[in-house]
Amino acid sequence: MATIGATRRTEPGAVRRPMATTGFWSWFTTVDHKKIGIMYGVTAIAFFLIGGIEALLIRLQLAQPDGTVLNANQYDQIFTMHGITMIFLFVMPMAAAFFNYLIPLMIGARDVAFPRLNAFSYWAFVLGGLFLYSSFFLGGAPNGGWFGYAPNSTTDPQIGMSFYALGLLITGIASTAGAVNLGVTVINMRAPGMSLFRTPVFVWMGLVVQFLLVFALPIITVGLFQLLFDRRWGTNFFNVDAGGDPILWQHMFWLFGHPEVYVLILPAFGIISEILPVFSRKPLFGYQFVVFSGIAIGFIGFGVWAHHMFAAGLGPVANTAFGVSTAIIAVPTGVKIFNWMGTMYKGDIHFTVPMLHAIGAVMMFVVGGLSGVTHAIVPSDYQQTDTYYVVAHFHYVIFGGGVFAFFGGLYYWWPKIFARRLGEGVGKLQFWLMAIGFNLTFGPQHILGLDGMIRRTFTYPESLGLGFWNLVSTVGAFLIALSVLIFLVNAIRSFRQPKGLANEDPWDARTIEWMTASPPPAHNFDEIPQVHALDEFWHRKYVEDERTGRLVPAQAGAADHTDEGPGAGHAIHLPSPSFWPLVAAAGLPILGYGVLYSWWVLGAGALVLLVGVFGWAIEPSVAEEG
Amino acid sequence: MADVAAPAEHETTTGLPSTKLAMWLFLSSECLLFGALISTYVLYRGRSEVGPYPDEIFDIPYTSVSSFVLLASSLTMVLALSSAQRGDPGRMRLWLLATAMLGLTFVGGQVYEFTLFHEEGLTLSTNLFGTTFFVLTGFHGVHVTVGVLMLLGLVSMSWVDRLPGDGSFPVEMVGLYWHFVDIVWIVIFTVIYLIPTPRPGGA
Repeated sequence: MATIGATRRTEPGAVRRPMATTGFWSWFTTVDHKKIGIMYGVTAIAFFLIGGIEALLIRLQLAQPDGTVLNANQYDQIFTMHGITMIFLFVMPMAAAFFNYLIPLMIGARDVAFPRLNAFSYWAFVLGGLFLYSSFFLGGAPNGGWFGYAPNSTTDPQIGMSFYALGLLITGIASTAGAVNLGVTVINMRAPGMSLFRTPVFVWMGLVVQFLLVFALPIITVGLFQLLFDRRWGTNFFNVDAGGDPILWQHMFWLFGHPEVYVLILPAFGIISEILPVFSRKPLFGYQFVVFSGIAIGFIGFGVWAHHMFAAGLGPVANTAFGVSTAIIAVPTGVKIFNWMGTMYKGDIHFTVPMLHAIGAVMMFVVGGLSGVTHAIVPSDYQQTDTYYVVAHFHYVIFGGGVFAFFGGLYYWWPKIFARRLGEGVGKLQFWLMAIGFNLTFGPQHILGLDGMIRRTFTYPESLGLGFWNLVSTVGAFLIALSVLIFLVNAIRSFRQPKGLANEDPWDARTIEWMTASPPPAHNFDEIPQVHALDEFWHRKYVEDERTGRLVPAQAGAADHTDEGPGAGHAIHLPSPSFWPLVAAAGLPILGYGVLYSWWVLGAGALVLLVGVFGWAIEPSVAEEG
Repeated sequence: MADVAAPAEHETTTGLPSTKLAMWLFLSSECLLFGALISTYVLYRGRSEVGPYPDEIFDIPYTSVSSFVLLASSLTMVLALSSAQRGDPGRMRLWLLATAMLGLTFVGGQVYEFTLFHEEGLTLSTNLFGTTFFVLTGFHGVHVTVGVLMLLGLVSMSWVDRLPGDGSFPVEMVGLYWHFVDIVWIVIFTVIYLIPTPRPGGA
């Protein structure tokens, strides 16, 4: 539906425009940021389950010395796809899900800046993910690690690493389009009075992430093209015989890869910064510090990449410089930790499930952060590099920090999105299981790493004495799997409840996404709120008593929000559904298969892409009223 | 180009149309793309272990002429925008076509040059020079081709009167992209053709 209450008319375009906003097929043509956000979330969780099964296979193989669950070739494919899946197909799209759903609501916008481009990003991501997974049936999945080091990746005879290059190029296009879109949305679509320093920290972190993506993705794009050209057309980028330098790949990869680490963790920082104040019933301690340290992380994040390459032989000067810059980036990160502790200090803390996850995320991230600092010290890193110590480190950061925060965010915003609540009791069980399982899985890997267990090894001999901690780690992994299963049960059970919340503001929240109905109407706000302060919603609900200095509820009616009546919201022009983004995105995997198999398929892919883009260009974003 | 056709309909926070901001953000991303490609070329300059070497096959006067053709297309692009803003869609289409033709001439010249080099024994896999030269200039050629497609799209949409308003906004957006691609060529031309490449061993 183009306009609420609009009538259907024939379009000047070649085919009739899809107008339905409900029903199964409407999901394929929707441009509503909320629906796209939900689709991102569902798809990301599906990939999380697949990546999780791969993790369990890895842990089964390593549970005992001389494991025989997988052979070396299968193990290579599984651990590579585990990494690719979790990073590119789970954490990044899960962050995109939160950004997509929440940023327009948090800044008081009706949608993102480019709704159809948003749909394109989603479809390109899904199709890119399916393209990657199709490699399992077409000669073997990528098997050179998510980092794809040359020349191993350029000379491997299996087709997997070609799928890796093409698949990541497709998801990279999706992310670049999404980053431009969301970046412009934050800069240009804010409600009246919503200055940047009145936006929630989550929005700020979103903005920093989009800029990181815009500047980091083109670098890996070039690297992936070089890898692909080396494999497919015999170029010499990483070919030592012709004078090429494989270290160039490492530079290209990590110049993207380290900002990417912050792309993975800053969304979690944003979520934590929203949840902690609500359940401490205090404003975020040092809002501006949190924002500026987030920006600082964004800048310094481009100057630390070579700490992934200390053992590559860059020389003492480079190693020292990157060691120092790595130590420096710990400072703004540490600042945030203190801000979060300050927020909770003397707060009226409510240990709800979202709060538990947020606190858990902070604690786990501190562990990962501290082991990260040990990598900044070059001689120490020489001992740790390529061992399980590093595996433990980045899982504490990305799983401990990122995934815990994502689960907290799911519990926190579930009522907003679905107008139903997740069970608190089951949620607490899930949290504790995950916390215990997580620490059992990755805690012992520090010890394994320091004992000399190398990464990416598909098995180890009994004589190394690594069996016990590996077994503990495997048991932990299955506890994590159990807790994820419990979360899924909790989610399914929530849909058995009747739709509708007893209290539209179940957490006594602070930010303006809670000022509209749950779930929000297609146009988000009947009337765009006029913003006067940071934590606008809180300030509408509470005022400080002048004598006692305590917070007291504001006068009745001040917090009224859905007061426009049934007629409100009409004549708001929303972008109309469109299937052209899906058509354009469908061209990308066809192009990918074309590169691998045939010029004819390549041409067909280009044609589909062109048709999609031209159909898109001649179609007005809002269908005209009849 | 995504929503190029969408007019700046509602008020924005910065007062700038969102499409324009998006285009600048996209172009800044493109800077890093070409930055990485040019860096690769510079890194491998003079490190080829076998010929043909650049000084053996470059025809600098020829490439200078085709570079001039591409730069001239920036002028016609500006004239197209100016015609659109003056409300003269006929002349706008004419200048857009001229821009597209100049772009096509450049791409055609590049195809001819590639063919010639190929006949002289330089392929993607001959040496590092061939690898980095073809990939860098090829990426740029693809960008020009995409620009030509956008220009022809503008012309045809203007023909059937499907451009919003006076059409100057989408023309301006495509123009931003077009000028960017031209500027990048100035850098590429300088780095590849004008700065002499040493032979390995310092010859």
